[in-house]
Order: sequence, then structure tokens, then C-alpha cells
Amino acid sequence: MAQTHGSHESNVGLIWKVFGLLSIVTIIEVAFGIVKPAYMHFTNFLGTSLLNWLFLILTLVKAYGIAWYFMHLKHEKAALRRAIVWTAVFLIAYLATLLLIEGGHLGEIFERYTSWS
Amino acid sequence: MEATVATETSAENTWNGGGSKPLGSSYGKMMMWFFIVSDALTFSGFLAAYGLMRFKFLESWPIADEVFTHVPFVHGHFPMYYVAFMTFVLIFSSVTMVLAVDAGHQMKKAKVTLYMFLTIIGGLIFLGSQAWEWKNFIAGTYGAVVMQDGKIAQFVDKDGHQIALDDFVVASSEREQLTRNKGVWFMKDEGSIPPYTLEEVVSSFKANPDVGLRTELINFDKKQKTLMTKEEANAFLTKAEGVVMGANLKVNEYGNTLFADFFFFITGFHGFHVFTGIVINIIIFFNVILGTYERRGHYEMVEKVGLYWHFVDLVWVFVFTFFYLV
Repeated sequence: MAQTHGSHESNVGLIWKVFGLLSIVTIIEVAFGIVKPAYMHFTNFLGTSLLNWLFLILTLVKAYGIAWYFMHLKHEKAALRRAIVWTAVFLIAYLATLLLIEGGHLGEIFERYTSWS
Repeated sequence: MEATVATETSAENTWNGGGSKPLGSSYGKMMMWFFIVSDALTFSGFLAAYGLMRFKFLESWPIADEVFTHVPFVHGHFPMYYVAFMTFVLIFSSVTMVLAVDAGHQMKKAKVTLYMFLTIIGGLIFLGSQAWEWKNFIAGTYGAVVMQDGKIAQFVDKDGHQIALDDFVVASSEREQLTRNKGVWFMKDEGSIPPYTLEEVVSSFKANPDVGLRTELINFDKKQKTLMTKEEANAFLTKAEGVVMGANLKVNEYGNTLFADFFFFITGFHGFHVFTGIVINIIIFFNVILGTYERRGHYEMVEKVGLYWHFVDLVWVFVFTFFYLV
């Protein structure tokens, strides 16, 4: 069958490589999440700790691995890829930025109700 | 122009958009992508709302490491391990899915069948794990006291580690759970009652000098919850309203009500996606066995459900980060 229809090469090697990458990233995340090294945990860079920045960046690395290789975005036409990725990234970044700023603001102006003491 | 003009009208081509291939992708695949984009925006809306409320209550939000600490068959405090296992299960089921797609490209029916089967099993393991996680979250571990204004206060030992009500409360009376067959027949079943009454908890707390009280307030220098002195705690407990064990949508032992609400809503919505993904995978699995795609000449349906399945994995990566890590 493969000879008659097989216009596609097998990508099994690449798939296992990506799985290895995703596993390593997850192990790093979990290790840092359990140990929480003080030199990263008790810092503040652009509103949150360096540890949290590490988690966010590693999350995006994993998302890239899944979308590009497992969902085959790499092999789609550039126009389709951009229609998907740019739309989602722009709207999500926009929404998250606004809502997080708004959340901090709500915490301040409703301090009477949100503050613990 | 070719993309906008319907070129074929035969019934066979109704569901694949005819011969047109906009952006080099088949009609069905592109629509799956557009669905995924809109679903991604839905999930990001939920996660951003979680962020909004967390930033609003930043100084008293629960610390995830103290909430999700269970591992099956082992007692003790193990943050992260189980949810890391769940992440691996889902990533691995994504790998078997993409292997199924790869085998489909080469028209290897037996391999597609095997990998689809493994993907379904992976999904079921993940869903079971999530159910177990919910069970622990709902049943609760330690128990806490809720104040008149809804604040939560938790109990700690001398070292500041959280302890369960069972560890120090002396029960003076057994209050039986009322049910219709034991109570008055026209009563409704009452909601499950906490294991101890407030009076028992407060008097046991006063009698035991080793037990301390912890507030929801986070000490940002240590990134830990703030402890009270015994005098402060005794005065504070006079304003207590009840004992809370576990979690529901109105009150929970972990802290802010919204924390549990978002946990149920977002992981529940994700779990529902996993569930539908499994159902769709099973349908495709049987189609593969029946040879539907062999006759059709291509396994593109496997690719399309594969996209959905990877998306479920993708969402979990973000839920994992925002609920358990950050």
C-alpha cells in the first residue's frame, strides 16, 4: 500500500525528537516548581518573579512544539499559518494585558473589600 | 477565484468542499483550524478572567502548592507530581495521535488502528486522573474555619505546617447527618455537614497551645501565608461562623471562593473537551477499523481529529501553567 499511495515520507524520528523536547521542558518546569530556588522565586522583574517568567517562556516553547510539529503548522502555507497564529497571539496578548492591568486596578480601588485585614 | 467557486456538486464531495483548496488546505481542515482559533480565544477569555480576579485579590489568593498535594496510594505532601504525570499522559497521547496521522499518510491501516487505540487509552487515563483530582479537591484535606465575612482561617502546627481538623479537634458529640429516611419525611436531605461543630473546633484550639492559626494574607517577603499569635487568633475566632471541609461553589477550605469556582469551571471545561475528544476519537477509530478511509483513499479525517486532540493538549499546557505553576 505504501508504495502505491506513499507520497509522504515518515516523520517518526522528528515526532520522537519533539516528544523528547516537550518532556524535558515539562521536567524542568516541575523541578523548578518543586524546588523554587530562592534566587529566582524572591525576585521581581516586570511585575512578577523570574521564576514565573521562566514558566511562561517554557510554556510558550511547549505551545510552539505542539502547534508547529504535532499540528503541522510548519507544513501549512505561510498565509494560513499567519491567519491562525497572528490572530490568536494578538487577541490573546491584548485581552490578557488589559485584564491583568484592570485586575490590579480593581484591587486598589476596592481595597476596602479586597484587602484581607 | 477557484477558492470561491463551487466546482463540483456530486454528493460525495458535499463534506469536503469540492475540489477547491483555499490556502492549500482542504476545506474541512481549514474549518477545523478556524474552530480551534475561536475555541482558543474562549479558553484564553476564561484564563484571563482568572488572572483578573487573581490580580484583584493578589494579597490573599490561595497558593497552589498547598492545595494540590495528593499522589495516589501515598500519604503526605507532594505538590506538582501528580499533575506532572497528567501532563505527561496527555503529551504522550498527543504523540500517539501524531503517529497515527503519520501512519495514515502512508496508508498503513494496522498502525493507524493501534495508535488511535493508544490515544483513546491515554485520554481515558487523563480524564480519570482529573476526576480523582476533583474528588480530592471537593473532599478536602485539612478543613478550615470560615468567618462571617467569608474569610478563611486555616490551622497550623508549631512549625507553621498546615494540619487537619482531625489532628487536634476533640469531638464532644456526634451529630448525625440527616437524611429523609431517618428524619422527617417531608424534609429535604441536608447538605453534607462538616465533621466537627464550630464550638468543638474553637474550644480544642484554645485548649491546645501547639495549634496556630493562619490567615489568607500572603507575606510577600516569604511568599507564605501569614501566621497569627495565639491571642490574635482567639479574638479572631469569636467572629467565626462555621467549619468548612473541602470545596463547593459557595465556600471552600482553600481560601477565596473564586479560586474554587475558576478551578471547577476551567478544568471542567477542559475536561469536557477531553471527553468529546475521546468520543470523536472512538468514532474515527471504528471508521478506521471498518476501512472507511482505506476506501476513501486518504486518512484526512484522522488528521482533522488529530488537530482537535492536539489542541486539547495545547490548552492543558496553559491550564497547567496558570493553575499549578505560576
